[in-house]
Amino acid sequence: MGSLYGPLDPAPDAGWVDAPPRMGFFTDTSVCIGCKACEVACKEWNNVPADGFNLLGQSYDNTGRLDANSWRHVAFIEQPVAGSDDPRWLMMSNVCKHCTHAACLDVCPTGSLFRTEFGTVVVQEDICNGCGYCIPACPYGVIDQRKDDGRAWKCTLCYDRIGDGMTPACAKACPTESIQYGELSELRERAAARLSALHDAGTAEARLYGHDPSDGVGGDGAFFLLLDEPEVYGLPPDPVVTTRDLPAMWKRAGIAALAMVAGAVVAFAGRRS
Amino acid sequence: MSANSYYGRPIVKAPVWKHDIAAYLFTGGLAAGSALLAAGADATGRPVLRRTGRLTALAALGASTYFLVNDLGRPKRFHHMLRVAKPTSPMSMGTWILSAFGGAAGLAAAAEVAPMLPRPLRGPARVAGRAGGAAAGAIAPALATYTAVLLADTATPSWHEAHRDLPFVFAGSALASGAGAGLIGAGLAPGGAGLREAGPARRLATVGAALELYGAHRIETDLGLLSEPYRAGRAGRLLRTGRLLTAVGVAGAWLGRRSRIASVASGVALLVASLVTRFGIFEGGVASANDPKYTVEPQRARLADAPFRDVGGSLPL
Repeated sequence: MGSLYGPLDPAPDAGWVDAPPRMGFFTDTSVCIGCKACEVACKEWNNVPADGFNLLGQSYDNTGRLDANSWRHVAFIEQPVAGSDDPRWLMMSNVCKHCTHAACLDVCPTGSLFRTEFGTVVVQEDICNGCGYCIPACPYGVIDQRKDDGRAWKCTLCYDRIGDGMTPACAKACPTESIQYGELSELRERAAARLSALHDAGTAEARLYGHDPSDGVGGDGAFFLLLDEPEVYGLPPDPVVTTRDLPAMWKRAGIAALAMVAGAVVAFAGRRS
Repeated sequence: MSANSYYGRPIVKAPVWKHDIAAYLFTGGLAAGSALLAAGADATGRPVLRRTGRLTALAALGASTYFLVNDLGRPKRFHHMLRVAKPTSPMSMGTWILSAFGGAAGLAAAAEVAPMLPRPLRGPARVAGRAGGAAAGAIAPALATYTAVLLADTATPSWHEAHRDLPFVFAGSALASGAGAGLIGAGLAPGGAGLREAGPARRLATVGAALELYGAHRIETDLGLLSEPYRAGRAGRLLRTGRLLTAVGVAGAWLGRRSRIASVASGVALLVASLVTRFGIFEGGVASANDPKYTVEPQRARLADAPFRDVGGSLPL
């Protein structure tokens, strides 16, 4: 069992010896054109089932959210601009964050969710028994249960591709390099450079999300450059891994358990009535 | 469109658990409370309470096992729970607690057939029953309280935020429901023999109700915005009903202590109170996950309290 909170390198913390560098995604939403090639490539490569032909009436988004059958989701936000008939367009390809401290993995009671040597988080479909605990545990609302199958599913960061030195399907398919795959340390440098370039160009609203190892989840393996507040894209503004508080929770449960024992003793210790 | 979220959609996912899990919160607590009642009754020579407690614990355990397996997406893989023992997973810890409890409570309940056995076997059966009952009573507090950690160890806003007080609600609810089962058993025992034993059940009901009401009051009032889901809508109605029935059950247990009918009625009120309280807590959490404001606003407030956190350049440089 590794640490529950704070910055660290997750693969060695999980017990991997001589782990390769941590791999991840940097999704730069400032160059996303909303083509959804990432969604399609992901479905094709990972054999993810179709999830219906839905017209949601929410801009060009007919996927809606990340779930068991959507491991990449392109969000479309149209913001009115004062003095213009054209809206400001925000597009963002969302994905599992592969957290440094992954609550889904922490709470999984079967060991189905595990930390790979690349520091990513993957569900073993032959182990998962569909208990569903990972789903409310995720602070980003990513992992979900496939209804007709019962098991939990999410992005694997193409574990089967990156082990062979290949790029994950979504990043490979992205025509604008909005989705960049690589060593996380290098991606963080690239993101910092991109951010300062955007700030220099006058895009003051640009900010990074999930890049900081001292945040509530120890930093994300998949992080983003956003052009508005996180919640505008459906992201939590300050997620904290729930298991940070687990020692305190067990302690309170222990006190309550002792109170039960004390209550029972008091109830039986009195005179016969 | 809500400014707080993407098209007003939830940010965290609500649990996919069906009402099996809410029902299990009740049956698991009932198993724990009645095992504790049985252990105390055995130690102080109260056969009616002992028998009632042991048999209720076994029945509630059976129901719990059914609910837990039935809720799985892949019920045939329930034994995958036994692959690992993970302290970071309250569900894994709970599996082992429930398994250990099950063996002990099963032994205690089986020993209740002792009077029907041939004379040489009765002594050993009673000893085995006493050992099993004592072990079940010792594990019971863990069984009753781990479920609070199970709910709190999620990103479900109103469950997580309640992590300090939820164990007391569940501990109290378990005691009150175990006492309720005892009061029913005492009332049903022929000839009023049960009523003479029922004092500890009444006291246990009182202690349990006090713990439960204290914890629930804190959850409903001390969590700021995140208390709201426990007061509004269906969760609010369930919790208010639970509180009323708890009060009725405790009052009935004391005022009607010479009446077998009042004893049974009070016991039923306490059981129903525990059941609806668990459903209320469950529904409150689900409601908090389904409205993004309960995810966004507390996090925004946290950020506002820590203005120098690195948020990647959105602050003036």
